[in-house]
Amino acid sequence: MTAPLLEARGLVKSFGDNRVLRGVDVAVPAGSVTCLIGPSGSGKTTVLRSLNGLETPESGTVRVGDVELDWSARPDARAVARLRGQSGMVFQAHNLFPHLTVLDNVTSGPVFAQGRPRAEAQEEARALLARVGLADKADSFPVQLSGGQQQRVGIARALATRPEVVLFDEPTSALDPELVGEVLQVMQSLAAEGWTMVVVTHEMRFARQVADQVLFLDGGVVVEHGPPSAVLVEPREARTRQFLQRLLDPL
Amino acid sequence: MSGIDWDLVRSSLWPLGRELLQGTLPLTAVTFALGLALAVLVALMRLSGNRLVSAPAQFYVSVIRGTPLLLQLFIIFFGLPSLGLTLDPWPSAIIGLSLNVGAYASEAVRGAILAVPRGQWEAAMTVGMGRVTTLRRVVLPQAARIAVPSLGNTLISLVKDTSLVSVVLFTELFRQAQIIAGQTFEYFTLYGVAAVYYWVVCLVLSFGQTRLEARLSRHVAA
Ligand SMILES: Nc1ncnc2c1ncn2[C@@H]1O[C@H](COP(=O)(O)OP(=O)(O)O)[C@@H](O)[C@H]1O
Ligand SMILES: [Mg+2]
Repeated sequence: MTAPLLEARGLVKSFGDNRVLRGVDVAVPAGSVTCLIGPSGSGKTTVLRSLNGLETPESGTVRVGDVELDWSARPDARAVARLRGQSGMVFQAHNLFPHLTVLDNVTSGPVFAQGRPRAEAQEEARALLARVGLADKADSFPVQLSGGQQQRVGIARALATRPEVVLFDEPTSALDPELVGEVLQVMQSLAAEGWTMVVVTHEMRFARQVADQVLFLDGGVVVEHGPPSAVLVEPREARTRQFLQRLLDPL
Repeated sequence: MSGIDWDLVRSSLWPLGRELLQGTLPLTAVTFALGLALAVLVALMRLSGNRLVSAPAQFYVSVIRGTPLLLQLFIIFFGLPSLGLTLDPWPSAIIGLSLNVGAYASEAVRGAILAVPRGQWEAAMTVGMGRVTTLRRVVLPQAARIAVPSLGNTLISLVKDTSLVSVVLFTELFRQAQIIAGQTFEYFTLYGVAAVYYWVVCLVLSFGQTRLEARLSRHVAA
């Protein structure tokens, strides 16, 4: 068996006295989709942000492709930046740059950070925008778009740096219900194209249909993981069952 | 009791207008530009986590804001020569006013940088930008919009504060009014014309500020 594209081992992270991650392992094969599920406050966002160094765990290792970091060795900013360069990220609140056009948002990484020629980056960005169904919005500003459109621009921006892995933190949680579908459809088609994705989500239908692997997180540990047909349909752990039950029947 | 001498108003329009154009406005423009550059530098120094960097910046802002501008100008022009440093009126005026603008504007710039949401830094970092690129491409453009109202007020104050540099023998609008008034004894007329000139400049600037604010908030949700 080949090594997974992304591998995190023993992630530990505290905020003050609050130990949020208590030894989290994640392994993501190339071209697969991993969904992180779990109750609010269980540490899903912190795991995701530890994979690209937006959070700094106290210990544990993260490897993406051929870039590896040992957090207990207190890596310097340069090493963290190298790890971060391996992934793209889609935020819950999209975090688009409001002063730049949609096209400039998408080319911001390639042009400002990677120093690629603007014309080439723009051509590629237009293709990405077409890919997410927004070819006609290149010259708009983020504020002129709907929430679903903004999030699709966020996805195009994350893909534009040609990352090995794309990380999604609840990409549809801030959206009106009728806009959720257009974003999930784009993500589903990216999965079909072979992008490697790690997705924090509460969308169980998406997890069931698209994920190759589901990790259920609770209290800062991975309680259960496996294919969605196992974790979501026949969970072994009581905590997983309880969580799924509450999602199914909130009242 | 002479009231307003309209012939003198007419004949002083150009001598005063010339000093507005040759003294007051260039001095304002140069010191505002230098002061702004200084303000960004000082704001970034104050935001540094390193005390050795932030402390001097904080000290500078505290001293400039805690002492009268008039006194600062006296120290530069009349005080420094006793330390062996003699400066002409132009450099004295530029240094004094720029240091002043730099201190006040740095507070506005610092507040504006802090007002840019954390998520903007994070998004920039995830597309691969480092600190400097993030500042230049993402944070400062947004901070500029936030700082415009406050910086506009600084600029308008600066226009009026330039009149203080008459004490370091710098010839500008106010000093020229003093000179002509001293010759003609028509104080009310000359100072009245000077006041109208300052007022018109400030009116134009606040109109420009309103326009700029509208233009910069175009792409931002209400
Ligand atoms: N920046 C932070 N400072 C302090 N506590 C934090 C911070 N970020 C997250 N936490 C805490 O860590 C825990 C896990 O948060 P998070 O990873 O966001 O959970 P999830 O995404 O699963 O809802 C929560 O208790 C939260 O309050
Ligand atoms: Mg979260």
